Amino acid sequence: MNLLSESLLELIRRTSAEIPEDVHRATLAGLEREQKGTIAASAMQIIEQNIALAKNKSQPICQDTGSILFYVDCPIGFDELAFETAAQETVTLATRKGYLRQNSVDSITGKNDGTNVGPGSPSLHFHQHRQPTVEVRLMLKGGGCENVGAQYSLPNEKLKANRDLDGCRKTILDAVVSAQGKGCGPGILGVCIGGDRATGYEFSKRQLLRRLDDRNPNPELDRLEQDIVETANKLGIGPMGFGGKTTLLGTKIGVLNRLPASYFVSISYMCWAYRRHGVALGPDFSIQQWLY
Amino acid sequence: MIPLTTPVSEAAIRSLKVGEEVAITGRLFTGRDAVHKYLHEGGQLPPGVSLHQGILYHCGPVVIKDDQGNWKCVAAGPTTSIREEPYQWQVIRDFGLRAVIGKGGMGDRTLEACKEHGCVYLHAIGGAAQVLAERISRVPNVYFMEKFGAPEAIWEFEVAAFPAVVTMDAHGNSLHKEVLAASQAELAKYV
Repeated sequence: MNLLSESLLELIRRTSAEIPEDVHRATLAGLEREQKGTIAASAMQIIEQNIALAKNKSQPICQDTGSILFYVDCPIGFDELAFETAAQETVTLATRKGYLRQNSVDSITGKNDGTNVGPGSPSLHFHQHRQPTVEVRLMLKGGGCENVGAQYSLPNEKLKANRDLDGCRKTILDAVVSAQGKGCGPGILGVCIGGDRATGYEFSKRQLLRRLDDRNPNPELDRLEQDIVETANKLGIGPMGFGGKTTLLGTKIGVLNRLPASYFVSISYMCWAYRRHGVALGPDFSIQQWLY
Repeated sequence: MIPLTTPVSEAAIRSLKVGEEVAITGRLFTGRDAVHKYLHEGGQLPPGVSLHQGILYHCGPVVIKDDQGNWKCVAAGPTTSIREEPYQWQVIRDFGLRAVIGKGGMGDRTLEACKEHGCVYLHAIGGAAQVLAERISRVPNVYFMEKFGAPEAIWEFEVAAFPAVVTMDAHGNSLHKEVLAASQAELAKYV
């Protein structure tokens, strides 16, 4: 196996088995916040045990090892096709090793060939930069949380949501209440204001690559991000929808330009089992540094 | 934690109330989307699978073969249950289920079937695949592996002290309905 494949295999293993440190700090704070003796506290305790156990045993945090999303920042002249081949082969190997579930199904025949490779899987997003380094970020996003994602077109009369930030706020909070516990909360929201239907969802997922403890450089969006988390945590949905104080661990909002005729708010919900890691690769494709 | 042992009696199920935590010991069978659709369309359970007074687990596990050729479950958390809402009431009625384990809760038809036939919905912790796999001591069998693929197959699990919370009981109560109504009322204060 070449060094690129070895590095990608380790990235997949670690992403599937180990919660990033920024996320773990947030789940621990959630456990502290819940009242002792409640089923919400009990749920958070099991989540903490699970995080420790998965890491120690080097096994998937969640059996739904999710959509396999690679985000690659690469220099000009980088061979994307060779990377794609290596990623596909490594995903198949990681599946055989049990780091990933046999999780990719032909949508028409229902056939699951057990490789996790097929149209759209794994999904690769390349982005060139004027630096010599290659950075690979991986997100594994399960189906339960993906299914509660939502896209709103403003204005929305039912929510009394107009084409402004207050309207965006109303739609985001509506998505939280609609999701209840079904997305395996406490959750993390990636939001995109603007774009078209496809780029909006794509950019909302990309927000989930941000560190949970970073702050939005745009003060208005920063206020909205903090407000969504605070307000959501007053709604009493709680871990798993059991009731309780921890409904969201974070919200990240990005903005794209829109057409005058369109105003989309796209929301991707990430479960507490927030699996994303990243590596900076050296010239020989060995892992130089972990990014989270 | 209230201990539950399979096969489960109707009396034991009817004594459970929303919000109580249970620890299950005995036998579970998994079944998710493909199995529910199959049973709904009149499919028969394979010999060896009995759901009578039993517990069905909405789960698509990661299972590998160990060096001795035995199945070993390495990850087994619950999947979202609401997708089975069109079918669950019928499976409870026709196969004599006493409990369904999943996550996210289910709807009114399932709640009604729980009340009528003596069944409960048990919520396992979503994403807690390792904690829950630890409670699976043995995987004696798998059914419909070829037909449905590994995540959708019927896996037979022997479990010890498998933890879950009663979120829909046999008296018509649903924690999911309560939390939804309360959170909607609360949201109205902030928008």
